[in-house]
Amino acid sequence: MQEIQKLGMKPTRFGFGEGLVELGTRHDNVVVLGGDITGSVMTSLFKEKFPERFFSIGIAEQNATTIATGLALSGKIPFFASYGAFCALRNADQLRISVCYNEANVKIGGGHAGISVGPDGATHQVLEEVAFLRTLPHMTMIVPADFEEAKKATIAMGEMVGPAYIRFGRSPVPMFTTADSPFVLGKANQLTDGNDVAILTNGWMVWESIVAAQELAKRGIKARVINVHTVKPIDVEAIVTAARECGCIVTAEEHQVHGGLGGAVAEVVCKNSPVPMEFVGVKDSFGGSGEPEELMEKFGLTWKEIYASALVAMERRDKGSSGFRMVKDVAVYNG
Amino acid sequence: MSSQFAVEFDSTVYENKRRFPEEFAPIANSIRQDIVKALVLAGSGHSGGPLGSSDIFAVMYFGGYMRYDVNNWFGSSRDRFVLSAGHMAPVMYATIANTGAFPRSEMATLRKYNTRLQGHPGRDMGLPGVETSSGSLGQGISIAVGMAMSDKHLDKNDHRVFCLTGDGEIQEGSVWEAAMSASHFKLDNFCWIIDNNDCQIDGRVPEVMNVYPIKEKCEAFGFDVIECNGHSYTELMNAFDRFMANQQNGTGKPTAIIAKTYMGHGVSFMNDKFEWHGKPPSWEQAAVALQELNN
Ligand SMILES: Cc1ncc(C[n+]2csc(CCOP(=O)(O)OP(=O)(O)O)c2C)c(N)n1
Repeated sequence: MQEIQKLGMKPTRFGFGEGLVELGTRHDNVVVLGGDITGSVMTSLFKEKFPERFFSIGIAEQNATTIATGLALSGKIPFFASYGAFCALRNADQLRISVCYNEANVKIGGGHAGISVGPDGATHQVLEEVAFLRTLPHMTMIVPADFEEAKKATIAMGEMVGPAYIRFGRSPVPMFTTADSPFVLGKANQLTDGNDVAILTNGWMVWESIVAAQELAKRGIKARVINVHTVKPIDVEAIVTAARECGCIVTAEEHQVHGGLGGAVAEVVCKNSPVPMEFVGVKDSFGGSGEPEELMEKFGLTWKEIYASALVAMERRDKGSSGFRMVKDVAVYNG
Repeated sequence: MSSQFAVEFDSTVYENKRRFPEEFAPIANSIRQDIVKALVLAGSGHSGGPLGSSDIFAVMYFGGYMRYDVNNWFGSSRDRFVLSAGHMAPVMYATIANTGAFPRSEMATLRKYNTRLQGHPGRDMGLPGVETSSGSLGQGISIAVGMAMSDKHLDKNDHRVFCLTGDGEIQEGSVWEAAMSASHFKLDNFCWIIDNNDCQIDGRVPEVMNVYPIKEKCEAFGFDVIECNGHSYTELMNAFDRFMANQQNGTGKPTAIIAKTYMGHGVSFMNDKFEWHGKPPSWEQAAVALQELNN
């Protein structure tokens, strides 16, 4: 299979911070609202560069979201960033009615997403917001996989019109895209070719999926890894094609298994081309304190679960009565 | 890490009783030492708020104001404390450990996988004294109001409910919804303590989002407000005494104690520095801090 290189490690939040500065340089109506954690969500970079376009709102996420709406309805492009726990869910009503119902051009940056937040524990490890945000009419929802992608996604969400949310993490994650890699909102990126199983993923789990695909390749299994960075609008075509050509799907995300990327993919698959699916994610539990890598392991968010789920998905496809093609050698999958 | 040293937790525990002001100093010191030790072992976490509020916790838990049974915390009829500022967990854990409700040595597990001492309090962990999960700012005070309503109006007992928020935390609008309901429901069994260190993550509180005047706001919301030096045991005792009197006399007014503190107080290089909100000491800094606390 094609080699995908690890180009170092960096948190996706750095990409968000740099993307904002780039947007501020390009557009003088981009403004940023701070929620007292501007250093950790990297809006501090914008604050330093454009102090006259930065407003500190304090610890008041509901107020910040609705102030952003007012700014947007006055022709500005406001970004508000905090931890995802507080800027996607604390302000859920404000996002639904003030932002989305108004189709206000409000942009939200939700940091510290997922279990990889580490020692801060469950309260800060938001694992539910993708499920909520993708049900909001007019909302665009992005989960970038690495530093460069986060930067491109930030710029893209600033330059589109309408409510948008970007999810990023605290810990450094492997980088594998470059400034030249393609990125189009709503268009999933296929990273590896293969027809044996499709792995649809986003965020940190994209890298884990690449590793899983490399391990599967050692057993002669060709996995198609697709980076579904935009959860809404979802790339229906890429999903349906993957379902038809691979006949089984694994989704992998640093989120509850319910309602997030897995749910979004399942909706498309069920309607268009039903195939067996396996879901890798947090299984209906809260997170907890620990080191990021340790937690990813404990909560079943590594390549190993993706690998195992791929085998199960393939076996279900091959044994099942779903009418999809039978595979040559089932024994191999039972290990 | 050559500067790493062996960390030992003292096993002394302290009784909860009416005390003379000067008796609180060794208890607060013991709490502070446990905080520093736990944080350096954890390698992450919040130093500033916990150290700065240690004197408040010493008086509240060891001066006979909060009533609890260390051997049967949740099984007993008790007063309740809600840490609305969940990130200040280390001071609550250290305080409870110093009551003897769990071994002080367990402080070494702070923020580690599967610990009862989660980075932010997790009620599901069942640590004695942790009444509620918290960490999303501004929610604990409403939970505390609900508890005080249950005690006063439904169970009709004489229990007290204490709640501590930060001063940045009160930028959350729902804090004021809670305040409004505390006086609406005449919760003279409710004591709100504001850790007024004037610091939050991004800087000084008035610069991030001005919350002053706090005293007048609380008064306007119907509280009996006491401003005091949060490092003076005498002033803290007077404040808690007035809360008890409010309850005993049935004034129908909730009490707010605005405790003027310094972030990081007790460790000279952290004192009054907002940069210490959310980080632990390095091993070198912890050694200096413990040396200062031991003098
Ligand atoms: C709803 C919510 N928003 C943001 C945060 C992130 N956060 C944690 S502590 C903190 C600052 C709190 O300031 P203050 O209450 O003054 O506490 P201190 O800095 O004195 O410890 C912030 C913004 C949070 N935990 N919850």
